[in-house]
Amino acid sequence: MGTSNTSPEIAFFVTCLVDQVMPEVGVAAVRLLREAGYRVAFPHQQTCCGQPFFNSGLTEEAIPLARHTVALLEPYEAVVLPSGSCAAFIRHEYPRLLAPWPEWHARATQLAAKTFELTQFLVHRAQWHPARRVPGTPVVTYHDSCHMARGLGVRAEPRQLLQEAGYTLVEMAESDFCCGFGGVFSLRMPEVSNAITREKLRMAQETGAPVIATADTGCLMQMRGLLKTNGIRVEHVACLLAKTLEGS
Amino acid sequence: MGTFASFRARARQAIADTRLQQALAGATRNFREGRARALAELPDAEALRDHLKAIRAATIADLAHYLEAFERNARANGAHVHWARDGQEAARIVLDIARRHGVRLAVKSKSMTGEEIRLNAALEAADITPVETDLGEWIIQLAGEGPAHIIAPAIHKTRAQVAALFSELAGEPLPADDIPALTATARRLLREQFLAADMGISGANVAVAETGSIVLVTNEGNGRMVTSLPPVHVAIVGIEKVVPTWDEAAAWLALLARSATGQPLSIYTTVITGPARPEDPDGPQEVHIILLDNGRSRLVGTEYEEILQCIRCGACLNVCPVYRKVDGHAYESPYSGPIGAVITPLLFGLEAHPALPHASTLCGACVDVCPVRIDLPRMLIALRREVAARGLLPRKDTWLERLIAWGMRHPRLYRWGGRVARWVQRPLAREGRVRLPGRWHPAGERDLPALAPRSFHEIWEAELQ
Repeated sequence: MGTSNTSPEIAFFVTCLVDQVMPEVGVAAVRLLREAGYRVAFPHQQTCCGQPFFNSGLTEEAIPLARHTVALLEPYEAVVLPSGSCAAFIRHEYPRLLAPWPEWHARATQLAAKTFELTQFLVHRAQWHPARRVPGTPVVTYHDSCHMARGLGVRAEPRQLLQEAGYTLVEMAESDFCCGFGGVFSLRMPEVSNAITREKLRMAQETGAPVIATADTGCLMQMRGLLKTNGIRVEHVACLLAKTLEGS
Repeated sequence: MGTFASFRARARQAIADTRLQQALAGATRNFREGRARALAELPDAEALRDHLKAIRAATIADLAHYLEAFERNARANGAHVHWARDGQEAARIVLDIARRHGVRLAVKSKSMTGEEIRLNAALEAADITPVETDLGEWIIQLAGEGPAHIIAPAIHKTRAQVAALFSELAGEPLPADDIPALTATARRLLREQFLAADMGISGANVAVAETGSIVLVTNEGNGRMVTSLPPVHVAIVGIEKVVPTWDEAAAWLALLARSATGQPLSIYTTVITGPARPEDPDGPQEVHIILLDNGRSRLVGTEYEEILQCIRCGACLNVCPVYRKVDGHAYESPYSGPIGAVITPLLFGLEAHPALPHASTLCGACVDVCPVRIDLPRMLIALRREVAARGLLPRKDTWLERLIAWGMRHPRLYRWGGRVARWVQRPLAREGRVRLPGRWHPAGERDLPALAPRSFHEIWEAELQ
């Protein structure tokens, strides 16, 4: 571990999906951040960033969650999330959402500037490189999640880290074609959502890679939900990168 | 109409139709690849997009001024200019003109405004036979369907289906594998209509204020026949299609066909400036231009104003993961895909189309390809806000979402709720997946993820802090 009491302290926002459904992604992310030399705080009062409600048209439900999250996270030097979608929401939507209240708008803007998706933070702020490579020659194909790729413009970072960690990357056709999740869309129009997911999985499977890597839990659970237990798997980038820490 | 149930029913049908899926996948892929190639040929496509965006924003901001200039200059050329508040008024104007000229047969060039105001139904009701002359539009007219794509209305039809339609009309069996024979038949049958027609009806892709001209962009030459052979030409033009001068029109045309089909220009770009002059060997004696509002002007100054910048290229349809699976008919509107999901409720009413703003994953692929970078996801969310505010969602959905949001506002309740949910799911979870019994399962064939045995909060307290 590369941390000491004088290391800078950052806040980890785990996101509600990772918290409840795939906590192992959060564990992997925290291990990576510590390995990169940061003290990681986990503000205990965190819940949901509010995006599902905002996207559903329930803006008035999203506003208190945005305020709660701003107040909770603003004391820290930086905030890191293992989700491109939630990070994009805090970075782009919080200032707009809280624009009617000048004081909140200013606080949201400050928070937005220091909020990072995990791989974005590891590459640009931490300038971290995996110290070791994973054993063997594992092959993965990377799915660009929509808000991470288009909203944050983070496409190269997860690929760079995966390759540095020893993964061979094979590109699928249309790596930024949506996985079909779309939040509550996946429940409002499940047959459409699932048809899109099948198309995505077909594109991924054509690469022959045994693993689809992605940096968003929403995409991950969407794709896993339609996969048989044998065959291609879907893994979070954080978990794939944390494999380089095993035994350390 | 436009409800969740009807959108989903149509979508299910489209998804189950293997031939339709192949046709859609192939056609949208060709359009996507064509667009990418055509934009790459430009010295600086991104700068041109920014330029067109600025033009469109500035023109819409001063729309009345440019429309009045257009009207003045079009009249000076000898064209008649009419203003239509809505579709009914536009149709009535067309019928009045038709009546004055004793029109029995009208040939049409493909027009989305024509579809928008359901002109064919109005003409038929007045005993006037409308004949579509764009091949795709004609095919769907024969099939009695609406357009499946803004620029390729028969994108969903296979050769065999087209052969069957044409065979019936020609009164002889036509082979599906002989495309030249099919197009020759279409050509022969349509020629008869062009020569017999009393009126030509078109839309317009651009209206140029400085000269009072309209521009038609077509690929089959039918647009020129429609606007030059019959003695009367009527063009129905959405009021947002105006540009100040030819400079702006040039930027528009430089991106329209490139974004739509990947062509640098369409095969025919036709400029119409008034009726035939005495020295002209042919051309219509009368040109009527109907400027159609139909809900557009009320968008100016609202959060939806940006939608008026749309140049109707259809590029957003070809990249949309939803459109690519459900095709245009699921939208129950002439305008489908992401642009249709926004403009249909705005023009025809959210009450009639509450599902459309929700027919999107908000992936943003549409913004990437839109020649004027319209932020469609932003407007989809704004419309969803109105859907929720007007109570157009299933009540149990909104109730459940509000309950969850309330729980999320109380961190202890959130953590406690997670523990309760984990206990409740126990009989349903298997190997990390959850399926609710029968029709209670909300995700179709997709399994839902089971909640983890311990939340990250619990793991942090026990091991990580």
